Formats: sequence, C-alpha cells, structure tokens
Amino acid sequence: MTQTRLVEVRQNVLKHNDVLARELRIRFQKAGVFVASFVSSPGSGKTAFLEKTLTKLRSQYRITALVGDLATANDAARLARAEVPVKQIVTGTICHLEAQMVSDSLQDWDLNELDCLFIENVGNLVCPSSYDLGEALRVVLMSTTEGEDKPLKYPTIFNTADVAVITKMDLAEAVEFDLKAAHASIQAVRPAMQVFEVSSKTGEGMDKWLEFLQAKFVDGQV
Amino acid sequence: MHELSIALSIVEMGIEESNKRGGAKVDAVHLKLGRLSGVVKDALLFSWEIACQGTTLESSRLEITEIPVVVHCENCKTDRTIAEINNFLCPVCNAPTPEVMQGRELEVTALEIIE
Repeated sequence: MTQTRLVEVRQNVLKHNDVLARELRIRFQKAGVFVASFVSSPGSGKTAFLEKTLTKLRSQYRITALVGDLATANDAARLARAEVPVKQIVTGTICHLEAQMVSDSLQDWDLNELDCLFIENVGNLVCPSSYDLGEALRVVLMSTTEGEDKPLKYPTIFNTADVAVITKMDLAEAVEFDLKAAHASIQAVRPAMQVFEVSSKTGEGMDKWLEFLQAKFVDGQV
Repeated sequence: MHELSIALSIVEMGIEESNKRGGAKVDAVHLKLGRLSGVVKDALLFSWEIACQGTTLESSRLEITEIPVVVHCENCKTDRTIAEINNFLCPVCNAPTPEVMQGRELEVTALEIIE
C-alpha cells in the first residue's frame, strides 16, 4: 500500500545563486574592488549614464564594466568609448544576470588590478530583482520619459535597490515630468532612499552623483 | 519572465530529494513565496506543469503559501504587516517603514513523497 509522507526540506530556491554571490562579495572585498550594479527598464539611459560616469572617473581609478544584454555587443562597444576595459555578457534568452555569469566573466580579469567594477544588468524591471550579483551597491534608474509612477508599478526592484537615479532630466520640461510625484513614488516603495537627478547629455547632476560614488570608494564600503 | 527557470530549480530540488529515496514519486512541493520575492505566483504555477514533465515530479502539485510583507515600524516599536508593496507606511501611525522583516522568501519548505 502506498502512502504519502511529508518531508521537511527548508531550502532557498535561489541558494546556488546566493552562495555564489556571497563568494563574489568576499572576493571583491578582499581585492578592494567597489562593485555597483545598474538596473532599469530598456531605454532608460543606463548605457549613456554609465559611459559618462566611466569617462569622468577613468583618470583617477582603475575601472571596468560588465554589460548584460539578450543579444548584440552594441552596449559594450558604446561603453568602450569611455576607454575602459568592457566585457559584454550575452544572455541569450535569459532576462537577467546571475552571479554565475558575473563569476564566469571575471575569469581573465585580475581583481587586484581594479578599483571599481560596474555591472549593467539586462534592461528589465522585474527579473533582476531576485538575483544577488555580489554587488556593494544596486542602483535603479528611471527616466523622465517613463512617467512618475514607475516605482509604484515595479515596487520590488526599487525596494531591492540602494539608490535611485532619475535620468534624462534635460527632457523633464518637454514631457511635463512631475519631479515631486516621482520622488513621492520612490519614497512610497523604499522610504529614505537617496535619489539623484541627472542628465547624461548636459551633465546636469553628474557632479553630485560622482561625489557620492567616490565617497563610497574612500569609505572602503567595498 | 523568469518563473520557468525558478520552476526548473524547484523541480531539480525535488528530483534530488526523490533520488535520495530511490526515485520515489513526488506528489507535492510546498513553497513559501514572499510578496517581495520578485516571483509571480500565477506565472510560477503556469510554468510548473512544463517544468515537471518527464521527471519524478510529473503531475505533482505546487502548494504555494504567499507570505505578506512585514516591516518594522520604528515609531510604534513593533512589526506591522503592510497590505500593498508600493506603500511602505505603517498602517497604524503612517510613519515610513524601510526595514523589511519578512516578504522576500522563496523557499521550499516540504515535499510530499509517495512511498
């Protein structure tokens, strides 16, 4: 006679990713590399923002970038214009980066030779939220053209991020972007989150962002 | 949508447990799913049947217990459950509540195995 038995398991489904991310975080800390990841919807200006950031910091720090996309190496080519080492992770059909992909991409880079690593996730406001990449800082971007209520529609990704950046501020007036409403949306899903307002095109707000980032390097929050 | 790959990971865990018991058939998997886990219940259930095909979990049930988001209210000095994940305010005193105590779970708690 067959019978059903209840077996207790208690195991995190993403254990494999979490364990790997923890290992990466320890490796980054030991090598003194500050790692920041960037998440947003497609077209919010992640690559332009990163290109600007990399260009501004490259004379002072040894910086590299990893960039994830479903297909093409276009973004890596764009980021390479900042004249820093860049690697493209082509995920195929996968809609997010995982710790394993980051780990694999680092194989021929000596972490001790680096100060900072930027990871640009696949443009997606849903899936990347579940996957820890071992980063010290997760930055979520939203552009003025996307609407003020983006955080209310995708609360999980905003909640798992450490800071938010509102991009394309140069277009704010043209699209009648309500900055106050945008800040309220962000605070509703992640109270006390620090927010930067920038335009990668005009350079508006970049100084404040770079100052914040450089303080992180100095603080040794790596 | 990453629910199919999540479903496949759960099935893999089920197969591992089943192998430990000589390939016993798995009748159900119990899962705790936090509302802030980034995984959608319906999409996960939709992926389940496909993920189980051809394994010892074929035609098994995925029993999902949804875990609400519990935050800590500094003002009330107590934990509170919030109703909506896009409104992190204490339901009692209305203070902002950034500290998440519960709601990120994505955890297999038990399996029902046929012996």
